[in-house]
Amino acid sequence: MTTAPSGATQRRDTDPPARSASPGRRPMTASRRENRAGLAFVSPTFLVVLVVVVLPIAWTVLLAFQKARLVDIQGMGLFGNWSLDNFAQVFDSAGFWSSLWTTLLYTAGATFGSIGLGLIAALALRKPFKGRGLIRAAMLLPYCAPVVAVAFVWEVALSPQYGIVNDWGRRLFGWDDPIAFLSTRAYEVHLLGVHFDIPLALLTVIAFETWRYFPFAFLFILARLQAVPDTLEEAALVDGATPTQRFRHILLPQLMPVIALLSVLRFILTFNKFDDVYLLTGGGAGTDVAAVRVYDFLTARYDVGAAAAQALVLAACLVILLGLYFKFFANKVQEEA
Amino acid sequence: MTRKTALARAQFEDRFFGVLRWFVIAFLVVITVLPFYYMVLLSLKPIDALLLDPGSLWISAKDFTLSTYQDVLRSSDSGGQGFLKFLLNSALVSLGTVALTLVAAVPGAYAVSRLKFFGSRQVSALFLAVYLFPTTLLAVPLFVIFAKIGLSSNLVGLAIVYVAQTVPVTIYMLKNYLVTIPASIEEAAALDGASRLQTVRKVILPLALPSLMATGLYVFMIAWNEFLFALLFLAADPDKWTVSLGLAQLSNGIEVPKTVLMAGSVVLTIPVVLLFFAAERLLTEGLTSGADKS
Repeated sequence: MTTAPSGATQRRDTDPPARSASPGRRPMTASRRENRAGLAFVSPTFLVVLVVVVLPIAWTVLLAFQKARLVDIQGMGLFGNWSLDNFAQVFDSAGFWSSLWTTLLYTAGATFGSIGLGLIAALALRKPFKGRGLIRAAMLLPYCAPVVAVAFVWEVALSPQYGIVNDWGRRLFGWDDPIAFLSTRAYEVHLLGVHFDIPLALLTVIAFETWRYFPFAFLFILARLQAVPDTLEEAALVDGATPTQRFRHILLPQLMPVIALLSVLRFILTFNKFDDVYLLTGGGAGTDVAAVRVYDFLTARYDVGAAAAQALVLAACLVILLGLYFKFFANKVQEEA
Repeated sequence: MTRKTALARAQFEDRFFGVLRWFVIAFLVVITVLPFYYMVLLSLKPIDALLLDPGSLWISAKDFTLSTYQDVLRSSDSGGQGFLKFLLNSALVSLGTVALTLVAAVPGAYAVSRLKFFGSRQVSALFLAVYLFPTTLLAVPLFVIFAKIGLSSNLVGLAIVYVAQTVPVTIYMLKNYLVTIPASIEEAAALDGASRLQTVRKVILPLALPSLMATGLYVFMIAWNEFLFALLFLAADPDKWTVSLGLAQLSNGIEVPKTVLMAGSVVLTIPVVLLFFAAERLLTEGLTSGADKS
């Protein structure tokens, strides 16, 4: 980065009167001063981000291509020991592809669920009523509460031995056996004589994620909803549009940009999510999302190289998915907006 | 569709959604409040009462106990779980993170929102691109670096990691607020002879105080609730545990009753929820400002 724009010297030559006005250095133009000030102000922030974010990520990329275990790193240089073994190990390791698939299901389910529930909540709380402020605040509880605490509440509530859910299930719905929500990989369901398995533990963590992050979507959608001008809906009302029609043709197009933004945001954040699944199931029972695998590589085997490679593959998948999303949907969203 | 049936449909829908709305609101209140009520409820019972009747939603006077809290808060020397110490650790790390993050983010947010400079657009994109990378990706190198320079199992190291995670969103939130401050105020200060730095310190920052508080609160929340890095860096050293980590480790102990675990959860949750309710309006506006303009 340079402080002097490249055009500066040229301008000085073609602009002799200004030079004669000040015998020494020509005073800086306002835009140059602004440029200087901008760079001066942004550099501390930039430096912090560079040191704590950009450099570590760059080093991860290097580590992923090196044979590196935690014990070796002390004596190891920054470069050397190049190999592609880590990637081979990642792609060959048992359950890599199924883990990627699980991550996708988990991410898509949780993104869809949290935005859907957030949208419903925003629509329900749109019109003022007594106590709305209080309910709106209560709605944000799952989002602001610490993940460790709420994960344990879910764990206890869903427990087969002393959980409230199984107890009420037995009393109200006549469940024969308690259901181990968090440790059942496939739960057999008999419906109308058909047997099929549902991935119960995975669905439970998706439900948890939906529950925890719908307030986030709710906040953004509600803010947007309240900025929709009343006149639009009133006009539709006069034309005899029903509530569903008003939603479909008036509100939804207005909300589409913020929903699209939330989808991208929630998708990225959920894809990389570690603590929720780790705390609820430890990655067992068919919930081995990729982020938990990175953690396992790092702490169980102290294999830094493999962990870095796995994290890198994860990031690459995310970038590809986002690329696809923007290629196919971004235009559509803009048209709707 | 004739006009009559259309009207009938509109009337039916009006009534249907009018009723459904209240069901939805009731459902939402149940799913958001009940888990927290359940958490507090269990924390006030002895474990026997829970095992005897897992489904009860209230607590009888003879069962009521505060011993779970005593157990959680007492220091480990006197046989408790030492959560007071953890609370102090968490508070130190969180407040340190807030201070460091704001110091690091304010100049950048100001520059991005106000000044045109070489690379200004790329820089703001770069700040947000940070979130593209999985936290776990950051975890690997930071884990190694900190192990190398001895900052692992150190609260300062943890605060630095949190700063890395919160600076981008802080810049984003502050920027959204700063652009709403009219430039004419700044120009007036400049005419009065204030330098750029003076203008920022004496004019912009006081005006941006609500946003600074909202952002600081959000950062506090993130730092207080964080778990992965605390687990990675501090797990070996129980003296340095944050409340989140302490609670997670508590659950691994075999002989710890679930009611004590719930008391720990309450202790962990209360500070952040109290802060949140004290400044709910401020925070939601700070978070979503800009969303209603998109």
